[in-house]
Amino acid sequence: MKVGIVVFPGTNCERDVAHALGLLGADTELVWHRETNLDGFDRIVLPGGFAHGDYLRAGAIARFSPVMGPVADAAAAGVPVLGICNGFQVLCEAGLLPGALIANRDLRFICRPVHVRVESTTSIITRAARPGQVLRIPLNSYEGNYVPGDSAPIPVLRYCEPDGTASDAANPNGSIDAIAGVTNAAGNVVGLMPHPERAVEQFMVSTDGRVLLESFLAS
Amino acid sequence: MKAIVTIHRRETIADPEGSTIQRALGDLGFDEVRAVRVNRTIELEVDDATRVREMCERLLVNPVMEDFDIEIVT
Repeated sequence: MKVGIVVFPGTNCERDVAHALGLLGADTELVWHRETNLDGFDRIVLPGGFAHGDYLRAGAIARFSPVMGPVADAAAAGVPVLGICNGFQVLCEAGLLPGALIANRDLRFICRPVHVRVESTTSIITRAARPGQVLRIPLNSYEGNYVPGDSAPIPVLRYCEPDGTASDAANPNGSIDAIAGVTNAAGNVVGLMPHPERAVEQFMVSTDGRVLLESFLAS
Repeated sequence: MKAIVTIHRRETIADPEGSTIQRALGDLGFDEVRAVRVNRTIELEVDDATRVREMCERLLVNPVMEDFDIEIVT
């Protein structure tokens, strides 16, 4: 199992992702954004950060990085592709996931753990989870407010109260339908705003990110 | 020549910045404000403006949530 972790100029969560996936037994390799060959990778992760400074729109420049050609090819071939936070924004800009991410409803950068509920257990990050399972995972973003546009997104995770119920107060950034993560129709590309790699060890806010990353490695 | 691209977020998409400005104007007593939308302007110095639309469609504008106008100033 070899996981390629894509690094754009400005990406800053690649080592956290490598560490977390390594804990779970994966062999990881950082892949610079100028790479044009992703043969040999069984999984691809676009981690968080500020790719190309997030100039113009988050992910708007990154989608034209050379590596995105082979990322799109891998996605089309069914390789599991996971975008976390900024990686989710890049996948939306690239058209590999529906919708877009805009500034948080209150225009504040959010950096705190949030609760999310598992909406589907058929996605590459939720196969090992229970339907309705509530996870506590750090959120760390300014543009995390998901808008579907004219698309009909397939939610994987939704923001919720600690007991799993939906409420406007539990929606940290104003995302439509409290969507925290979506999958493509084929099921092999997923993006989510919270950071599962920051919830994998006892000293962290929780170990709830493990079930998502374990699903990703097992899918 | 100059090409001025104005990018509008579509009416159906939330504009948190516009909403915040609207509230601030209301707090200052400008009760007549019904809505505020924040647009973005990008000015391009170009030798030839024929491909500005293509630039918008490929990079400058996100078609999921934005529309645009192009004004050419010679």
